[in-house]
Amino acid sequence: MVTAEINPPKHACPENIKRQAEFIACYVDALNITDCSTAVVRLSSIAAGFHILSCGVEPIIQMTCRDRNRIAMQSDLLGAYSLGIRNILCLSGDHQKFGNHPTAKNVYDLDSIQFIYYLNRLQTEKVFFSGEPIKEKEKVPHFFIGAVINPFADPREFQVIRLEKKIRAGAKFIQTQCIFDLEGFADFMEQAEWRGLLQKTYILAGVAPLKNYRVAQYMQNNVPGIVVPDKVINQLQRAAYPAQEGIAICVEQIKRIREMKGIQGIHIMAMGWVEAIPEIVSRAGLYPRQK
Amino acid sequence: MKKIIVAEQKPISEIASLIYDYEKILLVGCAGCVAVCLSGGEKEVEILAAALRLLRQQQNKPLEILTFVATRACAPEYLVDLDPLTKNLAVIVSLTCGVGAQYLADRYPEKWVIPAQDTKFAGGSGEHGIWEERCGLCGDCILHYTGGICPIIRCAKSMLNGPCGGAQNGKCEINTEMDCAWQLIYNRMKLLNKLDKLAEFQPAKDWSLARHGGPRKVIRKDVLIK
Ligand code: SF4
Ligand code: SF4
Repeated sequence: MVTAEINPPKHACPENIKRQAEFIACYVDALNITDCSTAVVRLSSIAAGFHILSCGVEPIIQMTCRDRNRIAMQSDLLGAYSLGIRNILCLSGDHQKFGNHPTAKNVYDLDSIQFIYYLNRLQTEKVFFSGEPIKEKEKVPHFFIGAVINPFADPREFQVIRLEKKIRAGAKFIQTQCIFDLEGFADFMEQAEWRGLLQKTYILAGVAPLKNYRVAQYMQNNVPGIVVPDKVINQLQRAAYPAQEGIAICVEQIKRIREMKGIQGIHIMAMGWVEAIPEIVSRAGLYPRQK
Repeated sequence: MKKIIVAEQKPISEIASLIYDYEKILLVGCAGCVAVCLSGGEKEVEILAAALRLLRQQQNKPLEILTFVATRACAPEYLVDLDPLTKNLAVIVSLTCGVGAQYLADRYPEKWVIPAQDTKFAGGSGEHGIWEERCGLCGDCILHYTGGICPIIRCAKSMLNGPCGGAQNGKCEINTEMDCAWQLIYNRMKLLNKLDKLAEFQPAKDWSLARHGGPRKVIRKDVLIK
């Protein structure tokens, strides 16, 4: 399984996102669409998902707990399903402090694990989050529910407990935060195996191609929860062709991650560098994709 | 640690502009929480009064200020002594917390009440000069589940089932000066040998018991008079 992540535009025109979707369509199995990531206002992930669906690409829409209470969440879930969206990634969401509306009020009515739990319950027991039965049982949505995990966030030892909680709550697939520290990730996967979690969910390992050392530094310093080791930053700084080096590092990482037990797929967070995706997928030996 | 409602005075320029049109004001402080947090007790009331008088002298627009410090501005019986001072003036400036300011407005409906204080949070002070938020007044305490550390208010996202994935070096993703509440909770639960509790699912919170259910009232039949 190969997925990639794209950000919808900061305006109301879908052409660019459709072009991006068409450009990488044959290199990925699904496209993951962010929900106002880093709390910057963008075209809604549901609408963007609908647009790329019209290009024949399978969307995974992200939905955060930051901007919606449980009423808005369910309403948007029903709406998204009615538009043909079938995959959802449930997150807590970056704090609004990072975005372009830092004076906004946040919601966090539910946390991400509660969100997953109640959505899964809605689908299996056919009840709203409140427990009220849904009358027309054959018309409830059936999303493929995903969650994220950051093996590198503090408290580190808690992250595998989080993974277990998310799986028990109903996460059928897991997408990890960008991995640069392979040893740290191997360690995390070992703990997951020890807890018997690897058979219970699909784990997609997150990778990100770094265009140059400045991008790497920016991510290390400004993106919550991302750890870019100095070794990688130095390697990019020394490279004669940093972009090529960034792609090479990413390809190498994918190869090594795929050797680990329990990895079901790769999730590429291109961070605006969508052009790199075809080369990465091909060089990592993941092309052509079977449809 | 003293637990209190913590408030901080508005900038003097803002207070001055709020009272610019008036020639006489009554400045009211409180000997409760705002005295403890050094923003609205007797000393602060006198300092602010002196500063405002001076400012207005410089502007050639003299200001008469009466001062009063209530024992507890959140209990109307302590405001009785204030009645005589309120004659012949239109404005009360409050250095009490937001609660006290409203009791002042209740008692003197014909006066214009101006807050000179920003009421911030329920917290305490472990270190002189530093106050920290500790309780979000959620109406349904769950501290027994989180090792005595409040995730509702000390976690920037009110996460109830563990950390958000943004913490680094034990600090919160939104403020490197602030401990991640879940790091603290984890440390404490580990110490207590209760990490298995954190693996349990914590259901959605009933926010109707917090401010989201509308203004709250506590009625204690056992202590009602009559
Ligand atoms: S759980 Fe609620 S009542 Fe308890 S400390 Fe936190 S906000 Fe206050
Ligand atoms: S870093 Fe910790 S305290 Fe900050 S929002 Fe995340 S879990 Fe809460």
